[in-house]
Amino acid sequence: MIHSLFLINHSGDIFLEKHWKSVISRSVCDYFFEAREKAVDPENVPPVLQTPHHYLISIYRGKLFFLSVIQTEVAPLFVIEFLHRVADTIQDYFGECSEGIIKDNIVTVYELLEEMLDNGFPLATESNVLKEMIRPPTILRSVVNTLTGSSNVGDTLPTGQLSNVPWRRAGVKYTNNEAYFDVIEEIDAILDKSGTTVFAEIQGVIEACVRLTGMPDLTLSFMNPRLLDDVSFHPCVRFKRWESERVLSFIPPDGNFTLMNYHVSSQNLVAIPVYVKQSISFFETGPCGRLDITIGPKQTMGKTVENMMVTIHMPKAVLNANLTATQGTYTYDLTTKVLVWDIGKLNPQKLPNLRGSLSTQLAISGNPRYIMTLKLSQLMLVDCLKVSRLDMYGEKYKPFKGVKYLTKAGKFQVRT
Amino acid sequence: MSTSALYNDQGGAEAAVEAGQESTPTSSGTGAAFGLFSTDFKKNEDLKEMLESNKESLKLEAMKRIVGLIAKGKNSSELFPAVVKNVASKNIELKKLVYVYLVRYAEEQQDLALLSISTFQRALKDPNQFIRASALRVLSSIRVPIIVPIMMLAIKEAAADLSPYVRKTSAHAIQKLYSLDPDQKEQLIEVIEKLLKDKSTLVAGSVVMAFEEVCPDRIDLIHKNYRKLCNLLVDVEEWGQVVIISMLTRYARTQFTSPWTEGATFDENNEKTFYDSDSEEKKEQTEAKPYIMDPDHRLLLRNTKPLLQSRNTAVVMSVAQLYWHLAPKHEVNIVTKSLVRLLRSHREVQFIVLQNIATMSIQRKGMFEPFMKSFYVRSTDATHIKTLKLEILTNLANEANISTILREFQTYVKSQDKAFAAATIQAIGRCATNISEVTDTCLNGLVLLLSNRDETVVAESVVVIKKLLQTQPTQHSEIIKHMAKLFDNITVPMARASILWLMGEYCERVPKIAPDVLRKMAKTFTAEEDIVKLQIVNLAAKLYLTNSKQTKLLTQYILNLGKYDQNYDIRDRTRFIRQLIVPNEKSGALNKYARRILLAPKPAPVLESAFKDRDRFQLGTLSHSINSKATGYQELSDWPAVAPDQSVRNVEVIEPVRNPSSSHTPYHSFTSYLSNCQFYHQNETSSDSESEEESSEESEKTSTDSGKSSSGSENSSSESESEQKKKKKTKKAPQKKSKPTHHLSSLMVAVQVILTNSSDHSLEEIHIGERSPAGLNIHCFNTIERLEPEASVTVSMGIDFSDSTQAANFQLCTKENQFSVSIQPAVGELLMPSTMTEQDFTKEQGKLLGMNETSATITMATANTSSQAISKQVLSVANVGVVSSSQNNFHRFAGRTVSSGALVLVSLELKESSSALLTINTEKSVMASMLLRDLKQALTQA
Repeated sequence: MIHSLFLINHSGDIFLEKHWKSVISRSVCDYFFEAREKAVDPENVPPVLQTPHHYLISIYRGKLFFLSVIQTEVAPLFVIEFLHRVADTIQDYFGECSEGIIKDNIVTVYELLEEMLDNGFPLATESNVLKEMIRPPTILRSVVNTLTGSSNVGDTLPTGQLSNVPWRRAGVKYTNNEAYFDVIEEIDAILDKSGTTVFAEIQGVIEACVRLTGMPDLTLSFMNPRLLDDVSFHPCVRFKRWESERVLSFIPPDGNFTLMNYHVSSQNLVAIPVYVKQSISFFETGPCGRLDITIGPKQTMGKTVENMMVTIHMPKAVLNANLTATQGTYTYDLTTKVLVWDIGKLNPQKLPNLRGSLSTQLAISGNPRYIMTLKLSQLMLVDCLKVSRLDMYGEKYKPFKGVKYLTKAGKFQVRT
Repeated sequence: MSTSALYNDQGGAEAAVEAGQESTPTSSGTGAAFGLFSTDFKKNEDLKEMLESNKESLKLEAMKRIVGLIAKGKNSSELFPAVVKNVASKNIELKKLVYVYLVRYAEEQQDLALLSISTFQRALKDPNQFIRASALRVLSSIRVPIIVPIMMLAIKEAAADLSPYVRKTSAHAIQKLYSLDPDQKEQLIEVIEKLLKDKSTLVAGSVVMAFEEVCPDRIDLIHKNYRKLCNLLVDVEEWGQVVIISMLTRYARTQFTSPWTEGATFDENNEKTFYDSDSEEKKEQTEAKPYIMDPDHRLLLRNTKPLLQSRNTAVVMSVAQLYWHLAPKHEVNIVTKSLVRLLRSHREVQFIVLQNIATMSIQRKGMFEPFMKSFYVRSTDATHIKTLKLEILTNLANEANISTILREFQTYVKSQDKAFAAATIQAIGRCATNISEVTDTCLNGLVLLLSNRDETVVAESVVVIKKLLQTQPTQHSEIIKHMAKLFDNITVPMARASILWLMGEYCERVPKIAPDVLRKMAKTFTAEEDIVKLQIVNLAAKLYLTNSKQTKLLTQYILNLGKYDQNYDIRDRTRFIRQLIVPNEKSGALNKYARRILLAPKPAPVLESAFKDRDRFQLGTLSHSINSKATGYQELSDWPAVAPDQSVRNVEVIEPVRNPSSSHTPYHSFTSYLSNCQFYHQNETSSDSESEEESSEESEKTSTDSGKSSSGSENSSSESESEQKKKKKTKKAPQKKSKPTHHLSSLMVAVQVILTNSSDHSLEEIHIGERSPAGLNIHCFNTIERLEPEASVTVSMGIDFSDSTQAANFQLCTKENQFSVSIQPAVGELLMPSTMTEQDFTKEQGKLLGMNETSATITMATANTSSQAISKQVLSVANVGVVSSSQNNFHRFAGRTVSSGALVLVSLELKESSSALLTINTEKSVMASMLLRDLKQALTQA
């Protein structure tokens, strides 16, 4: 299983190492650096590398590489999933997963790593179990600790470890009991040059924020569960009930969590809420080109489109852009060659347009890539999953319940 | 649903956590606010001083800095003596940090590390399970060979610990000890064997991991636990699931016959079944083929299926590979959607999943064809992901979808990412060879690309065109001419070489152009790359043979240039060619065959997927990912032609008489409800309908020998019933009730047993035979002479459990047969009520403080708030007496253990709202924790 872990920053420094078995020299990372060099872009580093004596499996997250050293056969996804879980845990504890944060809390991170694996095999990865063993730092607690000398480390076995609802700890208490669910649907789409949809699908996720006292048992039912094509659940969801009744029955973890991911069945046509008219051309004759993009609403059913943002990855040869936008602002990053046009709210009366000239080097090759992000709040597309009701059993009080719907652009791309 | 009832109601009820939670009062260390003002010298010297000071806070501060050093990979081994002194510290955080340090440096400082061992040995006996577990963890992580015997002993003890958490830790320790000293293998296997029998979901994953590492070839250890593992699977933690599934895949391949119909090749005509969403039906299958799936095989498939919905990608992948390797061909399709779903996950996950889909899609196009669009490349994808998607799209291409795919490829060729564009051209080439209808279209498209502005695109196109032309050389002289025209503008050596080779190979089709090209090449020969030079020599030779009139001089000129080239390869080649084609007196018979040698018809290259033979590795493994055998990879064996004996998986406790010697008489099997004993008390109360339901479910489980009770679905139970009928099994269903104590001996617990003969003939001389443990003290009932079919008899017996919840095992014998019976008492039944006054109670309680006190705050169920209800609930769980109380919010109960007579005091203090403080005082701390758990459950449940 997992032998060692190295955390490596963007510039290639190893700033944390942890060994779960005997110590492996950090020189093993040289193979990784070699591959990193070759890949140019950090995203292109192959996740699995083979070296004469070890195997290196790495993930890239938050500008950091989590590099694990493996000695024997193991499912690579097992390691990858675990590494992401480590990153999630750090994020959960400290609010973000970055080099600075990890360096500031290096002892806590090290203790966490110690608890998460034993001899390379995951021991405790549930956030609430970990939090009972090693309490997350808060300012208040650190002051209290220095004054009283008490510690951040628990000395009893977290209740979650033994129970069969390991995701929830016992004795949760709130004065305001509330349960919120965000149904977020993301449109993944590829549009071609002329604006026709090459590929579109809707992926959804239900994010929950549950702050309820005791051991509540919740049941969430939908108005149109037939819409769901493929689902994956948080371990708390009882699969049997889903199979037989199409309701989500679960004892929720405490706090924020992802209840369910789903895919809307592909029989339904996906309505793309906006259209894009774009033309970009580079002149053969001189070192310049033209750009013209217009965006308009389409099938929004009267809802407003907010937070529109267009990102264009220009070819390397584009030196600068001189454009005018009828709405919003644009920036062009010279080093990364990325043009970002922040439009904001889409006004159907006056369609936003961005046009102007691009100055280029003589040799121009390739076309720019467009990536759009947009958010449609409260927008219910025809095929939106709708929650019908939420029931609570096992506790007496009446919780405050809320559901919010949101449609966003996921991987939304326009080809040129 | 109570928390301790099985969560997913799949898998047997025994999976419920069985051990108690122990809680010890937290003692918070006291220290002054010293740490705040500690100076910031980063010298090791001052660390040493801090460690040797008396202030806890200073020590802690020092340890934190030391751990910081370790984390950064800096050496701090010289502090070892100073650190190791603190191993017995009371401060839990300090202790933990010292552990971290020890594990890191003990290997280097073996002698000093030994100083700490006694501390761990002491901690291994600690009443707090958490401390026991962490002591074992550290002890086993210290890689000092001298302590191997101590570790062995500790592991053996921990494997029998009451706490599943400690047992889990011992499973981890097995692997550590094994890597430290492989000679211990035999002993360790014994421990593994024992732990495999464990029914806790907590232990299952870890012990299977140990099994995989220590003795993956001892498949025989799995037999008896196979069904249990299948049933527990849903409730095991996610990491354990991955390990268990992969092990079971291997197991199943050795134990079951192939569910794939004759010939492993997949019949494309069967495609209809592909889209059949109801692939679960067995009907279809049994109708079509004589093959009948082993019920255990089916059990595995059925119990893993829900895990496809896991949020853990590794679990989904492992189920997918299990279906791929084990399921009948038409059922494999159910994994498709889940795999495609994983493509939304992180980049690295996508990479692995796409690799596996690439391998799958070669053999089974139909599986992924409906999801073709999910493999469309996005410009934001990383290069390795793009290449994999391309690979899959190429694999999926067929006559029907090729035009869509080619249109898609056209946009990829325009990509900024040149490596990807080149890979796309290769992919077009593969499509063209695989699907003959589109060969011409592809070829034309590629020829168009020859005028692309980008060099790599052109070069790649040339190379692919070359390969395509080879497959059908007759009608393409136009293309060759076109390429000859472009030749001057192409600079990539590989492309130039390819064109030259084409010229030479088909020089007879372009008789005018080829010599001209040669003329140009003669001019630039010296400036060309080596691989181009070799092809020039080739071209010259071939032209010399076919058209010597025009090219004789040119050829000689080129051969002369080649003779003095700097590269020895080219010099060698030139010499060889010269001898071969230019006749002189020294050249032998070879000369005559020159034409046949050089212009032999050459087989067309086959454009194949790089994933063609990846399926020799089990999917989802590291070996599959790197396409070479990784250390420790376990081959997946082929299906056996004949299935090994199925009965090895039957579990003995349930099915004691399955030995072939008694096969001449009809089988008698005891399906015992006893492991789940319904004690007198529980039956009296109307309390847990839940637990009764559970137990009935469990009994169903024990009664079916196919072991597939878990879901209790109609399907499985009816199946097993019929199976039982088939085997003409007879069934005796003993039921049991117990009274507090036995009238004969005050040390015994009375157990009432109802014996029912459900077989079709009468049973004679029923009595109790051998018992274990050997010293078990049982007061037997008188031998029952005869029990008619369908008749029942109630007997009572006394068992001395010696105040432990260990099961009492004995043989129940009839004239012909013996059945093993195992009775495990609930902890509350090991008590007898004790009467005392409130004053006595408080006095006794005062004596049993500290270690002897266990308490927990609980939230009472609404129904249980009245004092009557509380008494009822408590008495239903434990056989204790009520102590009259003067306070309304205080309830007290007293009892003594049956064997040793130790006092057990239970007090319940009601607080505001529905919470209450439950305290148990007794010197039997293990009992206390179990009792606490049971009480807690009873009181929190409505």
